[in-house]
Amino acid sequence: MAERRDVVDQATWVDRFSSLPAARRSLILLSPAFALIGAFGLAPLGLILVYSFLVPGTYGGVVWELSFGAYIQFLFERDIFDGTLTFHLSYLQIGARSVILAGLAVVGCLLIGFPTAYFIATRPPGLRNVLIFLVTVPFWTNLLVRTFSMMLILRDQGPLNSILMGIGIAEKPLSLLYTDFAIGLGLLYSFLPFMVLPIYASLERIDFRLVEAAYDLYANRWRVLQRILIPLSLPGIAGGCFLVFIPSLSSFLAPDLLGGGKHLMIGNLIAQQFGTARNWPFGAAAAMILLSLVLIALMIYARQVARRERNVA
Amino acid sequence: MMAGPRTFDLKRYPGFGFIAAVCLGLLYLPLFVLVFFSFNERRSVSNWSEFSLDWYAKALANDAIRQAATNSFLVATVATISATILATAAALATTRVPRFRGLTGCYAVINSPLMVPEIVTAVALLSFLSLIGLELGVGNVMIAHTVFCLPFAYLPIRARLHGMDTALEQAAADLYADPVQTFRHVTLPMLMPGIVAGAALAFVISLDDFIITQMVASAGATTLPVYIYSQVRMGVTPEVNAVSSMLLGVSIVIVSLAVLLRKKETT
Repeated sequence: MAERRDVVDQATWVDRFSSLPAARRSLILLSPAFALIGAFGLAPLGLILVYSFLVPGTYGGVVWELSFGAYIQFLFERDIFDGTLTFHLSYLQIGARSVILAGLAVVGCLLIGFPTAYFIATRPPGLRNVLIFLVTVPFWTNLLVRTFSMMLILRDQGPLNSILMGIGIAEKPLSLLYTDFAIGLGLLYSFLPFMVLPIYASLERIDFRLVEAAYDLYANRWRVLQRILIPLSLPGIAGGCFLVFIPSLSSFLAPDLLGGGKHLMIGNLIAQQFGTARNWPFGAAAAMILLSLVLIALMIYARQVARRERNVA
Repeated sequence: MMAGPRTFDLKRYPGFGFIAAVCLGLLYLPLFVLVFFSFNERRSVSNWSEFSLDWYAKALANDAIRQAATNSFLVATVATISATILATAAALATTRVPRFRGLTGCYAVINSPLMVPEIVTAVALLSFLSLIGLELGVGNVMIAHTVFCLPFAYLPIRARLHGMDTALEQAAADLYADPVQTFRHVTLPMLMPGIVAGAALAFVISLDDFIITQMVASAGATTLPVYIYSQVRMGVTPEVNAVSSMLLGVSIVIVSLAVLLRKKETT
């Protein structure tokens, strides 16, 4: 008896759902994902936007009082006694270091990533799949573990120093770890697959008869690279640069572990304000500045893609 | 020097092969060093003495590690299941309907966890959870993970739906199957490879996460990456290498499965 009622109930539920117009069905299917992302993804972002205009509480948290202090703090230091503002550079420097290191990581990734992607794209299909698989695996493996492994390489007693001393470049161990060099190398190493994969995807589609034609017309290798291969893989190059720049700019682990927490980037500044420094509004303001930088980069990239698609069409 | 014009390989660029080797070396050598020293008998991660599995035994016997590993797998499992279900529903809603106004907006909302930097998400969630006073321990971590795993599950499922021929679904509808039946007997089985790939990626992403978990997790809700981080800050021992190697192994196996599955699907 009970079982039968179950079946009937289910049928009516199915019927009711099936008889809804398609748009309503879509809305119902979308709503759980939207509710979750709205509540625990977007609402928190709105909250820290609000927090960035409040006053810090003494033991963390916020005092609900409107203030632009957090944003002013980026550029000026308020004297505790007479309240005068003096211009200071330390936070601006952190911002500049983040942009420069992320930029260097992009350049490094491009210099290694393009030739690698090209080399892979010109292999026979079987080998090509193996090589792409090898590039893909680090893309999905634990970033903390990878950064930690880079720490082992750069340590004073690590293998890199042994090699440098072995071939006589260095007399005593170089302190490679906890430097800007280590952070840059860490970013390059962390996000290299993000550059190789999109460039590979666009190089793979190139029609090599174009290259052949260019050689027939007496172009040399450099001209072919400059006039054919690079222009045709430009969407992949742009995508790769974007995909490396964004996570590098907001990186936390590389500067924290490889920079030893002394050479801060924006990501560390934010974490610090919500941790030991207990200045949530300032951390929230830093997060908002980082988010705006990322969204600007995203818009520039999206516009470029749209323009290219228009040109193709 | 290049050989004569007869054997001129127009695809070849001298030096590119070398750079590709450097690239793969850079990606893998640190990981090899990490795994290599996890088998070191002595308490050193730079001087090799003798092969030993002691550090693995120590790690597996360590209660803190076991607790963290349990949390990690629990969180990853719950986050994967919920994210995959929500993502499948969302993918159906955004592909199997005529284009509607605001579709681009829908994509933007679903993919927004991908666009917001992790550190920003982390501090935003920390502020939000402490404001609303939600203290579910591991539950908080599960909610956070479900949110950022969603787009990773959504993208392969949507891609699969896009590539699927609608002829079978139309045939089912012609034979008086209602939308739910059509989904259950036609769409879902065909969609399965996409769902499994999406679930695998969501699982790996959840297992991988450090910064958001670090901010959101309370004392008892430590996951493996959070544990490894705290140990690395304190000093490096082969035990940390052993735990890291095991985590690495799990990620690599799952990613390989996802890749193999996609390959099978395309051939």
